Amino acid sequence: MKRLFLLALTLIFLGFSAEAAKIILKPGQSIQAAVDRATPGDTLFFSPGNYQASAVTIRKPLSLIGENYPVMDGEGKGNIFLVAAENVLIRGLKFINTGKSNMDDSAAIKFFDSKNCVIENNILEETFFGLHFSNSSHLTIRNNKIKASASREFEVGNGIHLWKCKDNLIEKNEVSGHRDGIYLEFVTNSLAKENLIHGNMRYGLHFMFAHDNTYLKNTFRRNGAGVAVMYTKNVTMQENRFEENWGSSAYGILLKDISDSKVIGNVFQKNTVGIYMEGSSRIDFKDNNFKENGWALKLMASCDQNLFEANNFTRNTFDISTNGNTVLNELKENYWDKYEGYDLNRDKIGDVPYRPINLYSVIVEKIPASVMLWRSFMVTLLDKMEKILPTMTPNEMIDHSPKMRPYDFG
Amino acid sequence: MFKLLKYALYDILKSRFAIIYTVFLALVAISIYQVSDDLSKVSLSLMNIMILFIPLISAVFATTHFYNNLEFIELMLAQPVKRIHVISSQLLAVIIMLSLSLILGFGLPMILWGADSSLLTLLAVGVILSTVFTGFAFWASVLSRDKAKAIGLSLALWIYFSLVYDGLVLYIIYSFADYPLEKTTLALVMLNPVDLGRILMLMQLDISALMGYTGAFFQQFFSSGSGVSVAIGSLALWILIPTISTARVFNKRDF
Repeated sequence: MKRLFLLALTLIFLGFSAEAAKIILKPGQSIQAAVDRATPGDTLFFSPGNYQASAVTIRKPLSLIGENYPVMDGEGKGNIFLVAAENVLIRGLKFINTGKSNMDDSAAIKFFDSKNCVIENNILEETFFGLHFSNSSHLTIRNNKIKASASREFEVGNGIHLWKCKDNLIEKNEVSGHRDGIYLEFVTNSLAKENLIHGNMRYGLHFMFAHDNTYLKNTFRRNGAGVAVMYTKNVTMQENRFEENWGSSAYGILLKDISDSKVIGNVFQKNTVGIYMEGSSRIDFKDNNFKENGWALKLMASCDQNLFEANNFTRNTFDISTNGNTVLNELKENYWDKYEGYDLNRDKIGDVPYRPINLYSVIVEKIPASVMLWRSFMVTLLDKMEKILPTMTPNEMIDHSPKMRPYDFG
Repeated sequence: MFKLLKYALYDILKSRFAIIYTVFLALVAISIYQVSDDLSKVSLSLMNIMILFIPLISAVFATTHFYNNLEFIELMLAQPVKRIHVISSQLLAVIIMLSLSLILGFGLPMILWGADSSLLTLLAVGVILSTVFTGFAFWASVLSRDKAKAIGLSLALWIYFSLVYDGLVLYIIYSFADYPLEKTTLALVMLNPVDLGRILMLMQLDISALMGYTGAFFQQFFSSGSGVSVAIGSLALWILIPTISTARVFNKRDF
């Protein structure tokens, strides 16, 4: 019985391998011809070397696998691969030199109406757009290194660009030197995890109308304007790092019209502004670490029902600034290193409430040049006076239960 | 000159003030190190104290020291030595003593508990401020014959540079808020040694906020070495101006 079963298994296996042929390509051969000859389910192996590839169109389920990163050279003309199929696997290839045009959004690989595709372990260099997806679903984008070196923003497209896609996994990619690192528009139910996005011209992560997505353990470092996300609900951002986004309009995250979301356990370090938010509501900010930022939070008066609970604010130049007197948000049990209160009943919560907005941050908000006088004796005096008799700072921006000791987030 | 300096220095380093000042600075630094849990907080607290008190102490001590040594100075003037050597040996002795106290007082705790670049900048700024305000104090001393008047003048200079000046700048910024003020503020800051020292510290402690400035000029100023070198250059000017004018007045003064 057992032998029979094994025999059957072998037969099935043989049957499959007969059907899914392995085609080996050598440099100089036409990729398009090989793709056209292949039957659905075939695997194309690329031997190491240089291939000329321009607008190679794939319309059937195929696996394209490279050994030692064979180079697909687009020679500066348009797209390199175009895919409109299901179950396509692209692994271990190196794509260089796409066209540079905003007219057709030239990309290394462009997917239309595709499903269940896997793009992994590829290297992309000097591409206009890196990976470009539209109207697709169930994509896995993993372990790709995408790097461009344009000097100006309009000379380059986005690293990973998804438009109208759903149920995707974007994991462990590294994107640098592009316009936006990851750009998502109308993308839902997706997970972006452990990506390293750094040194892009505009935003590290940029999404709009991208509901129900999760961003986990990503690092966004030194992007031109940090991370900007807009018009979206149900976003979860957890354990990401937002670092060293410096500039007059650079933010760790800019949240515009985001609602019903969670921002948990993230680190905001050395940004000019940690979080800038406007028109956002019902967001929970918990267990975040705000360190060494110019402004940890810029909370505009148009935000409501947001909760800031159990965050650490350490070594920020200014903790919070705002633009009006209305405060419809709640601050509680945060640790503020500038807190000077006492704790008589030893419950580790300060007995005096903490006001995170100081007078000078209000002045700097109005007149940026006055930041030059920060930490002068005059300004320190003004701030102390305001602490005793608040007149200019919004009264309700207050943490009634400031922690005495910082949280240990590990 | 060297001999004069040696005696002046020997005299001043033995004084009770030198020891008390060093111990005071060390105590301040040790207590701050004990309370704060990280280095940048230490440099922040030390900076707040330093910016305010180092100029004050330098100014008052230098003035009193000049008048206490007036008889010695007059005696020396009767000897065949150059006037410039007499005054510069006194000036240098005070500067060296104040700087040594600061370096020992703040430096020893730093060696014990560690230091970072901001703390080293702090030491440098402290030494520079001591020098500048000693220069001011000597200038005030050689200008007037009355000790009280001289102390008054150095105190006035201290109040002006640490408090009044910033108030004025703030007032100007506030009144002309509608105009692009970036370069003006920067220029105004250059006209005050205390502010210059403070800006050098800001570049260490609050660089993220400073980078929030609009305009490429500022990005460049703060992110490249040019900001630091311009600030140090102007501080050097601030050291030269009072010392040179002291020497000029002293050379012509009739004792």
